[in-house]
Amino acid sequence: MNNSVSPHNSLVSVKNLSFSRGNKKIFNDISLEFERGKITAIMGPSGTGKTTLLKLIGGQLLPEQGFINVDGNDVHRLRRSDLFDLRKRMGMLFQSGALLTDMNVFDNVAFPLREHTKLPESMIRTLVLMKLQAVGLRGARNLMPNELSGGMARRIALARAIALDPMMIMYDEPFTGQDPISKGALVHLIKSLNTILGLTSIIVSHDVQETAAIADYIYVLSDGKVVGQGTPKEIEQSDSDWVQQFMTGAADGPAHFHYPARDYVDDLLSTGKRY
Amino acid sequence: MIEFLQHLGKETHTSFTKLGRGTYFLLQTLNGIVSVVTRPRLLINQLYSVGVLSFLIITISGLFVGMVLGLQGYYILSDFGADETLGVMVAASLVRELGPVVSALLFAGRAGSALTAEIGLMKATEQLSGMEMMAVDPIKRIISPRFLAGIISMPLLAALFSAVGIIGGQIIGSGLLGVDEGAYWSQMQAKIDFQDDIINGIIKSLVFGFVASWIALFEGYDAIPTSEGVSRATTRTVVNSAFSILGLDFILTALMFGDN
Ligand SMILES: Nc1ncnc2c1ncn2[C@@H]1O[C@H](COP(=O)(O)OP(=O)(O)OP(=O)(O)O)[C@@H](O)[C@H]1O
Ligand SMILES: [Mg+2]
Repeated sequence: MNNSVSPHNSLVSVKNLSFSRGNKKIFNDISLEFERGKITAIMGPSGTGKTTLLKLIGGQLLPEQGFINVDGNDVHRLRRSDLFDLRKRMGMLFQSGALLTDMNVFDNVAFPLREHTKLPESMIRTLVLMKLQAVGLRGARNLMPNELSGGMARRIALARAIALDPMMIMYDEPFTGQDPISKGALVHLIKSLNTILGLTSIIVSHDVQETAAIADYIYVLSDGKVVGQGTPKEIEQSDSDWVQQFMTGAADGPAHFHYPARDYVDDLLSTGKRY
Repeated sequence: MIEFLQHLGKETHTSFTKLGRGTYFLLQTLNGIVSVVTRPRLLINQLYSVGVLSFLIITISGLFVGMVLGLQGYYILSDFGADETLGVMVAASLVRELGPVVSALLFAGRAGSALTAEIGLMKATEQLSGMEMMAVDPIKRIISPRFLAGIISMPLLAALFSAVGIIGGQIIGSGLLGVDEGAYWSQMQAKIDFQDDIINGIIKSLVFGFVASWIALFEGYDAIPTSEGVSRATTRTVVNSAFSILGLDFILTALMFGDN
């Protein structure tokens, strides 16, 4: 449990981070390390702030306290142009895919290449087809985003995220909405991007098995805190109730399925006009 | 009473913070125009969807407004035996007022609302956020080209509106009601002043294009990223643009034509 990763070798480090949305404290003084060339998973119940954490790492949200360091840069103290340069080296796969709806699949994947490089169109074509081949959707290059299924859209978004060959990728729920076959292929793809290209990967996922199969290190978040961390093996054997509940999917335990609310019976019986 | 004051204070506060955000947004947009210059393709695409796609509504409306002006003008002027000056009346009303104002109102309804909905939906579907994560500035890539296209299109659309309107007036005036065609055109040429009428009309429509595009793009960018938020933002674009255009028209008219 306590063998935290040595900080010198981490690509991303989050230190004493606190962040709130309105009155709700999303993170309360958490610290995490993401080691270079490794796959680190973030798990935790829905609504704990996993997506929020990725947005903080990407510099899209400003922390209240603490800081985030990516490859030696303090993300929130960078000048805008330096932040943009850093982001060129950070791929992010959005939970929703976030494809540009006014262009087809090919142009979507070509988008970062056309924006940031002066490569000739023939070269761009080759690169785009290679990325599309990697996610198994080379044949879908002429479809528009509204003609894709949710799972397909996410795979296209993945192809786009790796278009610029970044040093790291943040995957927000890459497996959701994938059938078992593409899920297996994605697990394989993420793993091989990691081993062949030496990419550092951060995976947010609910899919315990898939994630445990490829992750080198796992953080379990809940209620604004890190409630468990370690290698998949350590996590499996963890004696923490939080972690056990999450890994086995039990409804009872320290983590609650329900968003905080007043007593259920009370709520049903009250006849006031207000909700 | 206290509640009312609290409410008033809150509303004032929200309006002012919104104004602040709007101004900051405008400065960023203007700053982004520099990079549009190096990528004319982006501008041309937007000129098409903001400008060219408004041609039809502008042409048809201009024609009808000109025809109505021809009718009404003829009834009044012929009472004084001055129906030869119909051309001057039609042209002056169009070039000075109706051209810039009505085409700007139509622009806000046709192109402005579309811009707000487009940007708002891009925000709601995380496309803007996704672009930022790809190190592409959505203001430079998406907003500035649309803004510039709006400003360029507006005077051209207003000119189209006025030109079609003048022809509409002539069709009714000399085609139907028997005003001498030569007089219609020659009186117009003699009385309409390039500086006073045409340039001032162009200045007006540039101002309206600026304001209508700014409102439309900002409302979209500032929209609450849900279907309802986007729908409200679209409504606000049309309403706020109409008020701003009409209010500014009064001010500009007073400044431009005041001492004639
Ligand atoms: N724009 C926002 N404004 C206010 N609150 C927000 C906003 N976005 C998220 N939240 C709140 O922040 C919390 C964390 O949201 P986040 O999207 O990071 O959760 P998550 O861990 O990614 O959940 P999931 O697994 O369901 O994707 C939630 O409780 C949510 O209510
Ligand atoms: Mg999420």
